[in-house]
Amino acid sequence: MSLITCENLTLAYDTGVVASGVSFSLEAGDYLCIVGENGSGKSTLLKSMIGLHPVDGGCLTIDPATRKSGIGYLPQHTPAQRDFPASVREIVRSGCLKRSGLRPFWRMSDKKLADEAMARMGIENLAGKCYRELSGGQQQRVLLARAYCATGKLILLDEPIAGLDPMAMTEMYSMIADLNREGVAVVMVSHDVSAAVNYATHILHMSKTTTFFGTTEAYLSTPVGQQFAHREGGSYGDWSPKTAWDAPNIGRILDVRATPDARSVLGARGVSRDRNLTAIRRRGGAASKGEGEDA
Amino acid sequence: MNIIEQLQTYFSYPFVRYAVIAGILISLCAGLLGVVLVLKRYAMIGDGLSHVAFGAMAVAAVLGFAPMTVALPVTVAVAVLLLLAGEKQIIKGDSAIAMLSAGSLAVGYLLLNLFPSSDTGSLSGDVCASLFGSTSMMTLSNTDVWLCVGLSAAVIGFFVIFYHKIFAVTFDEGFATSSGVRVRAYNFLIAAVSGIVIVLAMKLVGALLISSLIIFPALSAMRVFRSFRSVIVCSAVISVLGSLTGLLCALLLSTPTGASVAVVHIVIFLVFTLLGKLRRA
Repeated sequence: MSLITCENLTLAYDTGVVASGVSFSLEAGDYLCIVGENGSGKSTLLKSMIGLHPVDGGCLTIDPATRKSGIGYLPQHTPAQRDFPASVREIVRSGCLKRSGLRPFWRMSDKKLADEAMARMGIENLAGKCYRELSGGQQQRVLLARAYCATGKLILLDEPIAGLDPMAMTEMYSMIADLNREGVAVVMVSHDVSAAVNYATHILHMSKTTTFFGTTEAYLSTPVGQQFAHREGGSYGDWSPKTAWDAPNIGRILDVRATPDARSVLGARGVSRDRNLTAIRRRGGAASKGEGEDA
Repeated sequence: MNIIEQLQTYFSYPFVRYAVIAGILISLCAGLLGVVLVLKRYAMIGDGLSHVAFGAMAVAAVLGFAPMTVALPVTVAVAVLLLLAGEKQIIKGDSAIAMLSAGSLAVGYLLLNLFPSSDTGSLSGDVCASLFGSTSMMTLSNTDVWLCVGLSAAVIGFFVIFYHKIFAVTFDEGFATSSGVRVRAYNFLIAAVSGIVIVLAMKLVGALLISSLIIFPALSAMRVFRSFRSVIVCSAVISVLGSLTGLLCALLLSTPTGASVAVVHIVIFLVFTLLGKLRRA
């Protein structure tokens, strides 16, 4: 059974529908990136996966065994956490909540798992430090270590690289990729499409007008993906915060796609674009093949 | 040795012993709860609830019931309702609290004015005791003390048994939910516990000074300590020692209990702020 099956899902707030007609499925070991403009319901979709937001239509099923064994979740920062007195060790250990059930104290195995998680994320020397005194990158590693403690199968990341410097971003991505190589399925909400295309096996593109779900290669052959490839040009793969997806553009691109004239205009410049695309496909194909072998 | 002898004389009276026992237990609970309330941004709720408790006590006095029997359920119910209102954002949290505080204070005072209690005969004495806790600590009955002991034990038990869950719910509700913690249920429990602690704390410091007992120790502890466990332990210790000092000062110097306890907590806060600055420097 798929880890997550989502069919024709509708998500809404009191103010209105934020996403509708969302369908996708996630298999064990997949790396799914959810991209799209602000307000397209990416984070809400993630929240509905862990039961933080109700499903307003369609169906969203999480494999019961996975749900039972635990889902790792890395949420966006809340303002309250900025001055919260908590040590790194305390936060990482709280990832063992699901395993410990109603037991009021941590077992040795819980503590060991937390230590292992901290060692993996390279934060064991910060164990006694206060969370609020860490840098943004270190804080995200702490939250990733906590999510790691909570699951062995499925990890949900809500913009894990938001606000990080390029160095910390790279480290974060490689740690997530390592987890994925070990067979942990990853669902990541991100604004950084270039990284998404680089690392993910599947892309879910959410927008007000249309949604796309498919493999990364298929995504790159859609008009939106092609436009992205075109924009990135020869510098593809050399991603940095500057090349992160800017939200207003996506709506424009989708509008362009809707008008045949505009599409043919785009098509007229197809030569250079196709060359870039081929390069990207080669890269993307190699990456996904490599990941498949490891899994 | 004068002070020691004086204290010995005082402690030979059962009502002083009751006051000290109840004071220690109430402060312990308030210290534990305060950390959670401060970190969940609910500090004002404590203040609002104490006014509600005052109103409820006034109603109880007018109707001739024991104050606690009315104030306890009413305050717990309002605490839960406030939490619900916060979730649904019917009225913005702080406005709702401000409305409730002023409303219940006004109704409470009006009721006490219209139907003066026949037992004490003094309106200002009644109001003063409820608002500033000046005499109520020294007039605890045996039942009051046992109620204090029972409720405090329940509150402390709640914190010990659910410590990790409380941490998770306070630090990150989203992650707690994803770990299968029933966040809503814990929020309800925390609200109920707040109601209980506030009604108890009213005895010690009175309705208007509750924050000094609940919020000050937590903030003092947060000035110096950096982990949740050390903050919560330190807050409980500060709360107990501060209240004990305040109570003894009140006894020895014949000052009002509530105000003395509050002033001691303010001094502790200032000292800890200084310690925190020194530690960071």
